[in-house]
Amino acid sequence: MRYLPLTDTDRQDMLSVIGASSIDDLFVDVPAEARLSDKIAGLPDHASELAVERHMAALARKNLSAGEAPFFLGAGAYRHHVPASVDHLIQRGEFLTAYTPYQPEIAQGTLQVLFEFQTQVARLLGCDVANASMYDGSTACWEAIGMARRITRRGKAILSSGLHPHYVSVANTMAKFTGDALVHQAPTLDAATDTDALIAGIDKDTSCVVVQYPDILGRIADLTPLADAAHAAGALLVAVVTEPVALGAIRAPGHMDADIVVGEGQSIGVGLQFGGPYLGLFACKQKYVRQMPGRLCGETVDAAGKRGFVLTLSTREQHIRREKATSNICTNSGLCALAFSIHMTLLGERGLRELAALNHGLAVQAADRLAQVPGVTLLNDSFFNEFTLILSKDAREVVRNLADKGVLGGVSLGRLFPDAPAIGNGLVVAVTETVTVEDIEIFAKALEEELA
Amino acid sequence: MTMLKEGRPTTPQALTKADSAPATATGNRALMLEEALIFEIGSTETTGVDFAEAPEVASRLGDLARTDSIGLPGLSEQETVRHYTRLSRQNYAIDLGLFPLGSCTMKHNPRLNEKVARMPGFADLHPLAPQSTVQGALAVIHELAAWLVTLTGMHSVAMSPKAGAHGELCGLLAIRAALEARGDARSVILVPESAHGTNPATAAFCGYKVEDIPATPDGRVDLEALKGRLGPDVAAVMITNPNTCGLFERDMKTISDAVHAAGAFVYCDGANFNAIVGRVRPGDLGVDAMHINLHKTFSTPHGGGGPGSGPVVLSEALAPFAPLPFVEKQGDKFVLVEEETAEDHHGQTFGRMVAFHGQMGMFTRALTYILSHGADGLRQVASDAVLNANYILRSLDDVLDAPFGGSGPCMHEALFSDKGLAEGFTTLDIAKGLIDEGFHPMTMYFPLVVHGAMLVEPTETESKAALDQFILALRSLAERAKAGDEALKGAPYFAPRRRLDETLAARKPVLTWTEPALAEAAE
Repeated sequence: MRYLPLTDTDRQDMLSVIGASSIDDLFVDVPAEARLSDKIAGLPDHASELAVERHMAALARKNLSAGEAPFFLGAGAYRHHVPASVDHLIQRGEFLTAYTPYQPEIAQGTLQVLFEFQTQVARLLGCDVANASMYDGSTACWEAIGMARRITRRGKAILSSGLHPHYVSVANTMAKFTGDALVHQAPTLDAATDTDALIAGIDKDTSCVVVQYPDILGRIADLTPLADAAHAAGALLVAVVTEPVALGAIRAPGHMDADIVVGEGQSIGVGLQFGGPYLGLFACKQKYVRQMPGRLCGETVDAAGKRGFVLTLSTREQHIRREKATSNICTNSGLCALAFSIHMTLLGERGLRELAALNHGLAVQAADRLAQVPGVTLLNDSFFNEFTLILSKDAREVVRNLADKGVLGGVSLGRLFPDAPAIGNGLVVAVTETVTVEDIEIFAKALEEELA
Repeated sequence: MTMLKEGRPTTPQALTKADSAPATATGNRALMLEEALIFEIGSTETTGVDFAEAPEVASRLGDLARTDSIGLPGLSEQETVRHYTRLSRQNYAIDLGLFPLGSCTMKHNPRLNEKVARMPGFADLHPLAPQSTVQGALAVIHELAAWLVTLTGMHSVAMSPKAGAHGELCGLLAIRAALEARGDARSVILVPESAHGTNPATAAFCGYKVEDIPATPDGRVDLEALKGRLGPDVAAVMITNPNTCGLFERDMKTISDAVHAAGAFVYCDGANFNAIVGRVRPGDLGVDAMHINLHKTFSTPHGGGGPGSGPVVLSEALAPFAPLPFVEKQGDKFVLVEEETAEDHHGQTFGRMVAFHGQMGMFTRALTYILSHGADGLRQVASDAVLNANYILRSLDDVLDAPFGGSGPCMHEALFSDKGLAEGFTTLDIAKGLIDEGFHPMTMYFPLVVHGAMLVEPTETESKAALDQFILALRSLAERAKAGDEALKGAPYFAPRRRLDETLAARKPVLTWTEPALAEAAE
């Protein structure tokens, strides 16, 4: 076995040091009836690197990858070009094969990256502080609701109808067990967001309002009125960003007075990866920092007075506080945070703004072209790189048929909201810098055929 | 002009005592390069990425255009590569040497796994792509699931949890759903004192009251205390097996039987599955739910703090409550069962615990690892992991106190305490001394049931030569700490930083970078 360095001679020598006659002797504490005397039957034996690669490559070939087709899927996961140097750098063994930085003297590389990452995320989202990452956007969203409960000591959260339905599902799953009351409705096909309805729903029991920006239908609205209304009632505003590239073009939620801003960082550096691993972003106002979940990296000095970085405020965390911790999270998304940070450093503010402008420009072109297709109406007045089309028939079937023609043409609202048949004709379309003008034309023609 | 014939000196001058290393103007020390923050070396005008010109269109951003300066510095590509390469060299990693963090299973990360995960057919797939276009990806999830079920002897597996603690959450949610389905409201979870901090945190996170179960003097769950506490209010017992003292819970089956007789469930923390993979099936021990850290036993890289992946194997009793989505084989097709289709035959699911379907990038790596090892190789993994740990235990138990060393062999990790060190010397001193010796320290001060615990997990991918060198280093440090060698208290001397002031960091938290002028004004 190529990964196991011990030889049989080594094993014998080591057993004699231990004073055991066989490996089986080391398993004496396992009750005899639970001890397997031989390898588990029915499973194949070890295989060469070549054979394994061949097997996995055959499975990979059975998929239609995004790069092989005109591709317009979004709804919480976005395809962006990731510069080659990002993947090269995250594969350096010193990053890839390191553990959580529990020994800071020999983990300054990871720790400085986390400090830089926290600063980048805080600035992008318009907040004072950010943590060192969560699993993904959906779990970060639930953690924000829990944090709002701890801060306000209230148990009712109002979720916008524009919040990603998977994020809503995750919150519903958890709320069943924590007892939080969640208020939520499926979206309707309106050009305006549900800001007015959310404001009307805020009362003295409300811990927070959770709003996605841009929302699941691609709509964008000023969050300031919502923040004001929430604050007037003693509640918090939680903003959710699933497409962080948008914040190179539109105002940051923190600057519209959101108290907690969470997000999915996958767009920058991480890639699609069929849904994971992704990168949960978590930021908030300075005054709430001690209620945050997850790891935080902070600046300090060493015994010689040199600047260095350590994990800090650990008294919020499970390994110190156990059942009194702010969250049970331990391992997070370290390597994805590194990829995000490297990509963001390559972009810089100038690159991010150019990337965002390119996304928006192509999305506007696509929206206008697709809206010309008979049987298609554009829902949005405003959007960044994602918008909703209302088709003349159920979009689920249209998406499946487009796939058969080799076009990956968006995400149907029927798949996202199976319990809301009234919006089943909605199709969410994302357009990033990876889309070409030719792709848009192919999509438009295929859609026209499909709706004819 | 004449040519100089003297040449450069090719023999170094003999060192004298006065030749201690001088300071350098830059703070660099040859290959050890100091690196400033991107905020100090980059600018918002610099970029390392070129884009096509954006099409000229009328903005549809409404009145929301971002006009403020975001304050994100950029670097050119070369500066970027250099920044992160320099930073990487301030990290210890498995690729550099033995990384014996107990309970963390830092084994070699095969590079084939990385190559496979990056195949466009896996890496460049959208999670909501039509299912007809992702049959190979669903097949990977299905194939890995089958391996995990078979290796653990369990009924089924939930693949979506994002890491170990998230897997614990999945298991407890399934238990709670099962109890509620039979109209049985129970409020307490029992957790041994030696458990990982995530166990009690998870139980509290989903609304349970946590009670400790004491350990016996031989480092195992106190069976009688556990039996005495079982009752109609206890929902589950969370047990780590092999446990955090590196010992197998001999009474596991008896414990499970007692828990089941009391109407409760057994959650097993599978963090230490590496010790028993291919040799023991948790399903044979009466376990109802157990998470498997793919980033431990199945070698997906830990990446400096994740991503992990924590699939949870479930007993038949808990399977109906498993989370959405999951993959099913229907005829020759793989189907992703989501909310849309779940009601037909999976109506008891406790719901969704994450957007999309889990850590696909870890699934491809773990399956590649499993296929490389096969049934025979995985059994050898456990054998060698346990052999290596016992070799360390018996090579050092004459100089370090091994609190449970007398009770028999350990499993995959060797546990020592600080008993016998000279007055004023601690586990921390030994850990920091190991850094100077070129090793990552062991897990320290955990488990909490042993004073000054040092938990050493070498894993199976270490050679005898590597173990011998580690033993040499730890023996020397133990002897120095027992002899009261004051120099040890200054360690590490040779790392990129000396000991860091964690108290200062917590008292005055600086969590983001601020321009010096602004920071000064705020003082």
